Amino acid sequence: MGTALHKQFNHEPIAVFSKANLLENSGVCALINGVQVAVFYLPTETPPLYAIDNYDPIGGANVLSRGIVGDINGELVVASPLYKQHFSLHSGRCLEDDSVQVSVYQARLEGDAVIVMLQKAQSQKQNIVQDIA
Amino acid sequence: MKAKKIVVVGNGMVGHYYVEQLAKQNAGHDITVIGAEPRPAYDRVHLSEVFSGKNPEDLALTTREHYKDIGVHAHFGDAVARIDRKAKEVITDLGRRFAYDKLVLATGSYPFVPPVPGSDQAGCLTYRTIDDLGAIRAHARDGKVGVVIGGGLLGLECANALKSLGLETHVVEFAPGLMGVQLDNGGSVMLRQMIEELDVQVHTSKATQKIVPGNERRLRMEFADGSALETDMIVFSAGIRPYDQLAKAADITVGERGGIVIDYHCRTSDSDIFAIGECALFGGRIYGLVAPGYRMADAALSQLTDTPVPFQGADMSTKLKLLGIDVGSIGDSHGKSLHNGQPPAAFLYSNDRERVYKKIVVSADGKKLLGAVLVGDCSDYDTLLQFFLNDMELPANPEGIILPADNGATPLLAGMSLPATATICSCLNVTKGAIVAAIDGGCCSVADVKATTKASTGCGGCAALLKSTVNEELAARGAEINNYVCEHFAYSRQEMFHLIKVGSLKSFDEVLHKHGNGRGCDVCKPAVASILASLFNDYVLKKEHASLQDTNDTFLANMQKDGTYSIVPRIAGGEITAEKLIVIGEVAKKYKLYTKITGGQRIDLFGARINQLPEIWSELVAAGFETGHAYGKALRTVKSCVGSTWCRYGVQDSVSMAILIENRYKGVRSPHKLKSAVSGCTRECAEAQSKDFGVIATENGWNLYVCGNGGMKPRHADLFATDLDDATLIQYIDRFLMFYIRTADRLQRTSVWMNNLEGGLDYLREVIIEDKLGIAAELEAQMALLLDTYQCEWKTTIEDPEKLQRFRQFVNSTEEDAHVVFVQERGQPRPAKDNERAALA
Ligand code: SRM
Ligand SMILES: Cc1cc2nc3c(=O)[nH]c(=O)nc-3n(C[C@H](O)[C@H](O)[C@H](O)COP(=O)(O)OP(=O)(O)OC[C@H]3O[C@@H](n4cnc5c(N)ncnc54)[C@H](O)[C@@H]3O)c2cc1C
Ligand code: SF4
Ligand code: FES
Repeated sequence: MGTALHKQFNHEPIAVFSKANLLENSGVCALINGVQVAVFYLPTETPPLYAIDNYDPIGGANVLSRGIVGDINGELVVASPLYKQHFSLHSGRCLEDDSVQVSVYQARLEGDAVIVMLQKAQSQKQNIVQDIA
Repeated sequence: MKAKKIVVVGNGMVGHYYVEQLAKQNAGHDITVIGAEPRPAYDRVHLSEVFSGKNPEDLALTTREHYKDIGVHAHFGDAVARIDRKAKEVITDLGRRFAYDKLVLATGSYPFVPPVPGSDQAGCLTYRTIDDLGAIRAHARDGKVGVVIGGGLLGLECANALKSLGLETHVVEFAPGLMGVQLDNGGSVMLRQMIEELDVQVHTSKATQKIVPGNERRLRMEFADGSALETDMIVFSAGIRPYDQLAKAADITVGERGGIVIDYHCRTSDSDIFAIGECALFGGRIYGLVAPGYRMADAALSQLTDTPVPFQGADMSTKLKLLGIDVGSIGDSHGKSLHNGQPPAAFLYSNDRERVYKKIVVSADGKKLLGAVLVGDCSDYDTLLQFFLNDMELPANPEGIILPADNGATPLLAGMSLPATATICSCLNVTKGAIVAAIDGGCCSVADVKATTKASTGCGGCAALLKSTVNEELAARGAEINNYVCEHFAYSRQEMFHLIKVGSLKSFDEVLHKHGNGRGCDVCKPAVASILASLFNDYVLKKEHASLQDTNDTFLANMQKDGTYSIVPRIAGGEITAEKLIVIGEVAKKYKLYTKITGGQRIDLFGARINQLPEIWSELVAAGFETGHAYGKALRTVKSCVGSTWCRYGVQDSVSMAILIENRYKGVRSPHKLKSAVSGCTRECAEAQSKDFGVIATENGWNLYVCGNGGMKPRHADLFATDLDDATLIQYIDRFLMFYIRTADRLQRTSVWMNNLEGGLDYLREVIIEDKLGIAAELEAQMALLLDTYQCEWKTTIEDPEKLQRFRQFVNSTEEDAHVVFVQERGQPRPAKDNERAALA
């Protein structure tokens, strides 16, 4: 298990844990200041890390990290394990319902460490640029 | 034309068709329909399907609500008792009166019961209405033997019904042959042989003289030749008689041997009264099929418009599956009538070994098809019928048409070469032109065309021709017809299964790389994982498979609405010791789980947090429990009844068999979940007939039922094989399951698979029992591999610390999910509702 480490960085709450905790092509969940963040590791994608809310606003439970990842028409998504709606890993948009949106967070790999910040990624592009690993 | 008061008597198939079409004309007519049966019109043609699993409700052609919606006044369960032509009124049994401008009689016909002494006692039945079905079933339930009197089309259909109810079945026919109206002597003989091979006993040239109480069975039939037959029930199917009494009593002309006489416009001798369907007599003939009735309705309807069309008789060609045997008859099947003053020529192909009989009757010059008889193989029926109906010229050597393909057969045309006027569906009168127009109008599948044109929604006999016509037309337009798994794979599940098997591909990445595109999704990943499991049975959480699984498979538990999981240990056959019950109780108590007895004879523990799962399972595995695969598309439960060990009626040890079956197939991955049950006698307390495969004990062994299910669309299982010994039972189940696993679509239960299986139950029997495809050994070997490689996934998981890593709520904290909150109800925990959660916070 990775070191449970919360620290303040740039006044932003972050989580840092070891890469060994990640599951290839699948998700895990990190707790940052009471917020549950689903972190997906897709080693063959650029970037390889994606972070969104773990809370599924449609199912009303903390489960998104346990969904299957894949693509729908080229858009990277996770399918909620409860009722199978797809959420974009880039934008947090729900593909089945335009009015639903989850937050997207910044996440990156630094050597053997995974860093997830509670700071919301403003857009898909920015999220990619942030990954400086 | 002015709006009129139109009253229709009879809400059978033809009466309903008339009403529906009339309402569609939107001409403002005031429409009333009065039906004697207690329910709105239903599909009589498919009545027998109720014995193979359909609900009577599935046969409905309309509903009271629908009639209301289209503005039709409908009255059911009250027959019209008389017609007052002077007052232009009909009066019902209950004394209600309905005035008409035009009256339509669509009263159909009733089964003829010959005046044999004793034919009015209990156990003497008929077969025509949904109510009749109930009576037949009730008598079959406590009977063993059933007799059908009449070896015609309806009689044989009825014999099939009795057989599917598990009765020893006899057909008693007065004439020397079966289906004398449709078949020539040769065809009739072949049909008889085939029927006898199915254990239906055929007695021809038998005149029943009286029916008396029996010694062994309820009834005894005594025949003119001195012989006798004992039975528990008799169904009369000795022909139909038109319901013409109403007309007769009102002095409307009826035929000498019954039937309301009509002209080209379907008018009776009173020009304000029409008769259509099986009650009508046209050209000295009653048309006992539904399609001609619809054409009569069309003709009668057109009388209310400015463009009347006449009824000019109708084709009586028929194609049927009787007791699973294909039988077809076209035109002048007996070859009796002259053509252009010349006697016709006949060609005959008869093959005793393969049980195929085909005859065509052609004009003396060999150019026109006049009739045909097909028994055992109807594959040429559609094409022959098109030649016949469209008066098309035959190929130079017409005999080639009926020869087997490798014997110089003349290849025949399929849908493409038919003229636009060719009728594809005769029930609904849909031409090829109409189908082409529907496709031009945007239809792009058989289902679309069916919905738009209604083709193939009648007897279904045209389904194959419709499909080939539609697909050829679509292909000609460059359209692709697909049942692809998803956007990442341009293959059906069955094709994927073959690709993976043949290519010996062992991981999703390999499969995607070789045959797919993109990255995969939540549809194809679990589908491939399931195929890999069916073929190689790797541990599902092996690194390369883990990310493919639905959460239930990943965590080997079922996710509940609040994100917690349930735990279902296997309790094979529902049998459990007191010690194990105590263990379950103690585990539930320790981890504060909600417990419930499931509908599958086992115990479900709810409300486990993800991080608790391994601990709970360690305790259960230590006590000897295994996973119950409640999460997987795999074998769920094999329910049992207590059977001969305890029950005073049991004839076999159903519990032992259920446990054997459950332990044998546990862990086998399949396209959808699989359920089974074993009952110890015909009382069927384990409900085996609602299972994917069910077993019911008999005095001599086991009856195997297949392809049933409960759930959203229940289907009764079909009786597949009878009186099997243990080894044969298991052998058939092995083959059956593996064949299903190989060929079914993703998430297709066995019931739906069966409904879509071309050739249906008979084909399945051929594959499984007769090994027609020569794959039985391979299926068994594949199953043996799966059984050899079984492992309890929970046992494997708790022994592997790396796998246990997954079972954490957070990677960076040992806190629990604060959103999971329980409250108590009836002494047990349950997830808090939103309002309760707010109050607790
Ligand atoms: C627990 C149980 C209800 C109960 O409290 O009794 C149950 C619970 C669920 N059923 Fe069921 N079914 C349960 C017996 C049944 C039965 C009765 C039976 O097996 O005798 C049926 C009808 C019989 C049948 O399947 O033919 C049944 C027909 C379904 C269906 C509809 C299947 C269909 O083909 O129409 C679904 C949905 C599906 O599988 O896609 C379903 C799905 C489910 C799911 C998995 C829904 C879900 O995704 O969460 C439920 C999860 C259970 C859990 O968390 O453990 N369940 N379910 C029963 C577990 C039996 C067991 O011991 O394994
Ligand atoms: C088991 C079975 C299988 C068949 N298979 C085929 C097949 O494969 N292909 C095929 O083409 N045909 C088949 N048929 C025949 C087909 O069902 C009939 O041709 C068709 O139903 C005739 O329709 P109809 O409306 O004229 O008569 P019906 O469907 O018999 O309807 C007449 C209705 O009028 C009612 N009625 C009678 N008198 C009165 C009254 N006085 N007042 C009010 N209501 C009254 C009756 O109760 C009945 O409901 C089959 C029939 C049966 C029984
Ligand atoms: S019937 Fe519906 S609610 Fe009940 S257990 Fe089955 S799936 Fe759940
Ligand atoms: S021919 Fe009967 S449905 Fe088409």
